[in-house]
Amino acid sequence: MSRVGSWVIGFGRFWYRFIIGDDWIVAVAVAVGLAVTAWLNAAHVAAWWVIPLVVIVTLRLSVQRSKRARKLVIQ
Amino acid sequence: MNAIAPVLIITFLASAVEAIEMVTIVVGVGATRGWRSTLIGASAGFAVLAAIVAVFGVALSAVPIGPLRLVIGALLLIFGLQWFRKGVVRVAARGLAGIQVVATQDAEIWTEDGVDWTAFVLAFKGVLLEGLEIAFVVVSVGASAGQLGAAVIGGGAALVVVGVLGAALVRVVVRIPRSFLQLVVGILLCTFGSFWAPEGLGVSWPGGDTAILGLLALYVLAAATNIAIERRGAHRGTINVSLRGVTR
Repeated sequence: MSRVGSWVIGFGRFWYRFIIGDDWIVAVAVAVGLAVTAWLNAAHVAAWWVIPLVVIVTLRLSVQRSKRARKLVIQ
Repeated sequence: MNAIAPVLIITFLASAVEAIEMVTIVVGVGATRGWRSTLIGASAGFAVLAAIVAVFGVALSAVPIGPLRLVIGALLLIFGLQWFRKGVVRVAARGLAGIQVVATQDAEIWTEDGVDWTAFVLAFKGVLLEGLEIAFVVVSVGASAGQLGAAVIGGGAALVVVGVLGAALVRVVVRIPRSFLQLVVGILLCTFGSFWAPEGLGVSWPGGDTAILGLLALYVLAAATNIAIERRGAHRGTINVSLRGVTR
């Protein structure tokens, strides 16, 4: 593979690792949270609480998913 | 949000987390393969990083602040939430544990003339990969707050402090409680990401900039609660395993 090709793949991998990381649910939850925020804001409804709620719920879900993944590895 | 102090603190702490890994890799390679080629590789990595910060910093400063805050805030939130989760899981499981020195596969001191490419590539990759995340935090936090200079100073100061400490005290570097630092930085990145991303969508925060303190307090509470739940779960799991052992 050419040097440019491997650089592009490396760059893509960096962003995949950066955004998706170990748990894709985080990126999806943030995207959905921001979409809901934008929708509520466009409808002139207070929307500042959406993202903090998404963070708290996603953190708990992601911690549990990581615990489950570690258990499967051990078994 | 144009205050210099928060930008300096967040870029310093976020950069320090990655700098610990970076310094650990460089110190590990230098100690096992020799210092000359390792330092050449590390310097090359730093040169590429400086170019990335310069190019992206200038490009980002030309983008309108609203969309920039939305995109950067969302990325900080995603990245910060991953660190937040890792920090919670690691602090709950191991307390304030450090990281181990990277063991290179080919651990022999290079005694010949010329460059030891193994040491060069390992140090270069270590600096560049870990440094890319530092560069991202420095550029994004700096550009979003309109304080790129302060962000570069914060990130640079972390590199210098951890680098000097690493050179002087190799054993200390690997004992810095990285899990705890990761948790703190994850909370800070989530706090700023949660504030900036909705602001980029035109959302008004109750209390303006002081809402950042409320977000910070909320996330610290969430971290403490999650760590307590995980520790209690681990404790219960240990008791179950012990009882199973007794009944057999």
